Amino acid sequence: MLAALIFVLVAGGLLAWSAERWHRNLPRWIALVTAVIELKLAAWFWLQHKDAMDTVIVSAPGTWLAETMVAWIPRFGISFHLAMDGLSLLLVMLTAFLGLVSVACSWTEIRERTGFFYFNLLWTLAGAVGVFLALDLFLFFFFWELMLVPMYFMIAIWGHENRRYASIKFFIFTQGSGLLMLLAILALVFAHYRSSGILTFDYFDLMNTILAPSTAFWIMLGFFIPFAVKLPVVPFHTWLPDAHTEAPTAGSVILAGVMLKTGAYGLLRFVVPLFPEAALQFAPMAMALGAAGVLYGAFLAFAQTDLKRLIAYTSISHLGFVVLGVFAWNSWSLSGAVMQMIAHGISTGGLFVIAGLLQERTHTRDMDRLGGLWSITPRLAAMGLFFAIAALGLPGMGNFVGEFLILLGSYRISIGLTVAATLGFVGSVVYALALVQKTFHGENTHGWRLPDLSVREMTTLCAMAAVTVWLGLYPQPVLDAAAPALNGLRDIAAGQYQGDAE
Amino acid sequence: MILTRSDLMALLPLITLAASAVMVMLAAAFYRRPQPVAALTLLGLIISCAALPLAAGFGPRQVTPLLIVDNYALFYMGLIFAATLVVTVLCYRYFGGGGSRHEALYILLLLAALGGAVLVASSHFASFLLGLELLSVSLFALIAYPRNIGHPLEAGIKYLVLAGFSSAFLLFGMALIYAQLGTMQFAQIGAMLAAPGQRLDAYGLAGLALILVGVGFKLALVPFHMWTPDVYEGAPAPVSAFIATVSKGAVLAMLLRYFAVAGAYPLQSITLALSMIAAVTIMVGNLLALRQDNIKRILAYSSIAQLGYLLVGFLAFGTMAVEAVAYYLAAYFVTMLGAFGVVTVLSRGVPERDSDTLADYAGLFWRRPWLAGVFTAMLLSLAGIPLTMGFIGKFYVLAAAVGASLWLLVIVLAVGSAIGLYYYLRIIATMCTHDPKATAGPVATLAGSVSLAESVTLAALILLLIGLGVYPALLIQVLETTVAQLA
Repeated sequence: MLAALIFVLVAGGLLAWSAERWHRNLPRWIALVTAVIELKLAAWFWLQHKDAMDTVIVSAPGTWLAETMVAWIPRFGISFHLAMDGLSLLLVMLTAFLGLVSVACSWTEIRERTGFFYFNLLWTLAGAVGVFLALDLFLFFFFWELMLVPMYFMIAIWGHENRRYASIKFFIFTQGSGLLMLLAILALVFAHYRSSGILTFDYFDLMNTILAPSTAFWIMLGFFIPFAVKLPVVPFHTWLPDAHTEAPTAGSVILAGVMLKTGAYGLLRFVVPLFPEAALQFAPMAMALGAAGVLYGAFLAFAQTDLKRLIAYTSISHLGFVVLGVFAWNSWSLSGAVMQMIAHGISTGGLFVIAGLLQERTHTRDMDRLGGLWSITPRLAAMGLFFAIAALGLPGMGNFVGEFLILLGSYRISIGLTVAATLGFVGSVVYALALVQKTFHGENTHGWRLPDLSVREMTTLCAMAAVTVWLGLYPQPVLDAAAPALNGLRDIAAGQYQGDAE
Repeated sequence: MILTRSDLMALLPLITLAASAVMVMLAAAFYRRPQPVAALTLLGLIISCAALPLAAGFGPRQVTPLLIVDNYALFYMGLIFAATLVVTVLCYRYFGGGGSRHEALYILLLLAALGGAVLVASSHFASFLLGLELLSVSLFALIAYPRNIGHPLEAGIKYLVLAGFSSAFLLFGMALIYAQLGTMQFAQIGAMLAAPGQRLDAYGLAGLALILVGVGFKLALVPFHMWTPDVYEGAPAPVSAFIATVSKGAVLAMLLRYFAVAGAYPLQSITLALSMIAAVTIMVGNLLALRQDNIKRILAYSSIAQLGYLLVGFLAFGTMAVEAVAYYLAAYFVTMLGAFGVVTVLSRGVPERDSDTLADYAGLFWRRPWLAGVFTAMLLSLAGIPLTMGFIGKFYVLAAAVGASLWLLVIVLAVGSAIGLYYYLRIIATMCTHDPKATAGPVATLAGSVSLAESVTLAALILLLIGLGVYPALLIQVLETTVAQLA
């Protein structure tokens, strides 16, 4: 059943590609249907396992809601091992939802090679879903790399002016750092092989690898850096503003909403549970980087005049909170990190959709050339205001819950860094309001005459707004879904400590 | 020396190949039309391939002191025959199809394949040199085959001179080793060196080093790589494919057998030198490819870098290393044949030169989506992206190297591949551009007409590339049988 989540997207992509020859509008319908099926499947899993999630099971394998395991490359002990817990489920739901959004927002934007576009879109989603479900390290890496290629094509073919540079930079950063992860995986596997004589890439087997502290630290770093590039953590972030700015709307939505989350997911699922001690040792450094990201992203954001670049920098700021939360590693901060991942995916996705709609209408992203749009496109402007406010973390929206929980959790670990990160809120208010101010308020000095939102666009944005409000006002279902999985991860890590202490 | 029936059966693939070379020669002498000659060549290659499983039933077997027929040799023979088959198909239309006189080409191809097959089965310096010369001499003629044009002739002469040099180095090296040990059989050399207290003296080591230099020329390892880009660029595209795959693959397989059987692995100085060569090869190959504007030159530098990766697997030593090299070579064969196949298919109709500049490929995605798709897949495989054989190959090599704790080489490999991404992506990005001006290029003028045989070949290559990239266990099972007799 779990494999279906991936294969629906893979098959839909192939179908959409081949459908182009019959009619040029057919691919988008196929993509839409595929995304709806994917969302329904994910929702089915949610409902199916809601009862199971209510009862908190502590033992590690017990928190898994579903599992599939088939031998794949027996020579290396590699299997096609997928499993889903609450954390994966939430992220798969997010992926499916944003997939639907991105199909909807490409509806009229993409006019050329529609078949190949939707193929790439769906395959990127398939790769991301694979990443969220894979529990074999080789399989994980396989999906991790796989989602890059279609994303590369999306940027390189349908992107904006500077697409070639941005796409190659994106690919080299992520793929190059991916190789580092492959080395780290192999180092871990062979360390396990030397101590146990079994060659395996399975997550559960490798969890019990006994490593010398220095080895563990290096291998942990080998995992951390690729995830940090993807997330992105500050010194590794330079690909992100370019890629997000040049990508087509759907590409930006998926990049910000889904792909960045694979990095955060990797930290949660692999870095800390596999190397609890090394991660603990590294935590102050990582938290400092997270807090630096929060401030740096916020400060750079309000210096931008390019709308999409501004939004890209806000992502850096928001995901700095996630790093802070993950490495604080207590139940508040972890729940907050998960919440932040989901809320950020939707609010930033919403902002990118709005930027895309503006670009489609005005053919510019330069905020100095916009302004005064409120009078001619009130619905678009209102939606813009809504998502800007969501991004700045107003209470009642999902982002607030996430950031609040993260700060609550990290306060117990490091007061200084928490205070520093809190200063990021000031920055976020400035950039969010600057965005609204420059784009929508003021006089319409440039004489724009634009159509307001269509029904399709309005529906998309309203759905996203509704989810944001729901996350803000009633976050408990999400927290409940994530809690057993997070507790499981914490127990695994804690078990390691005890195991070593004995 | 009496050959028994089982000996002959074990040699069957070589015999059928040699026989078909003779048949093709006779056919070409009496009936000068390329069509039947090409068909006969293909038939000969298919029969030789079919003889491989028969021969496997009689192996592993030492036939005369010169040749050993084991699964390892048979596997590489299969690769060589299949690659020659693909090159034959590519050559037919490239050299003018039924209307031209290029029959002699097929004789040369078969002879070169025979040379490669002898190389991978050789267990003696004599057969080593015999196979190598058979391969090289056929290659001079193949490279310079379009003899009315300047570039191929220049490339042919360049290759001739360097191949002559490398053979001289090889011979001298063999002589030095023979002078110390008094034997030319790999197994005996290995046995003598394994004896306590016995090791290669300075002359012997110098001999081995000279052999490595000679082989280094053939494999285009840095610093012996200078000829590669010029020859690849000058040679006709299908022949470049042949040099990149059969010639290099056979030599590397032979070298691996020599190292394993003749006990060269424990020699610290030699492995250290090879490690340095591998590291330099990876870096130089990838760095020099960055600024090239000619597809064939990019592929040439890329193949230099790929050989560096292979050498990393080679140096890991052990069963996993042998498998890794075999898997990577198989992936490399499929990929290079596919890439040069696309260049070949696009080149027909431009008589003076191949369509090999980057500008020729601008916007290819929108004009020839299917060819561009094949090319993209091949490039992604060279870059080691999942779903392709190249990814599994790179993974295999890395696994072997990490297993052997070759950390420095592993890191160089990772850095090299990251650099390599740039030039592969550059080609892909060029193919993606939708620039209306580019559609007026020379490639655009030959609209369509990929022959059925070429389509089928490219389709088969891409199916292999993705099939074995997704489910590599099929090939790995075969590989595991080849290791047994070697390590």
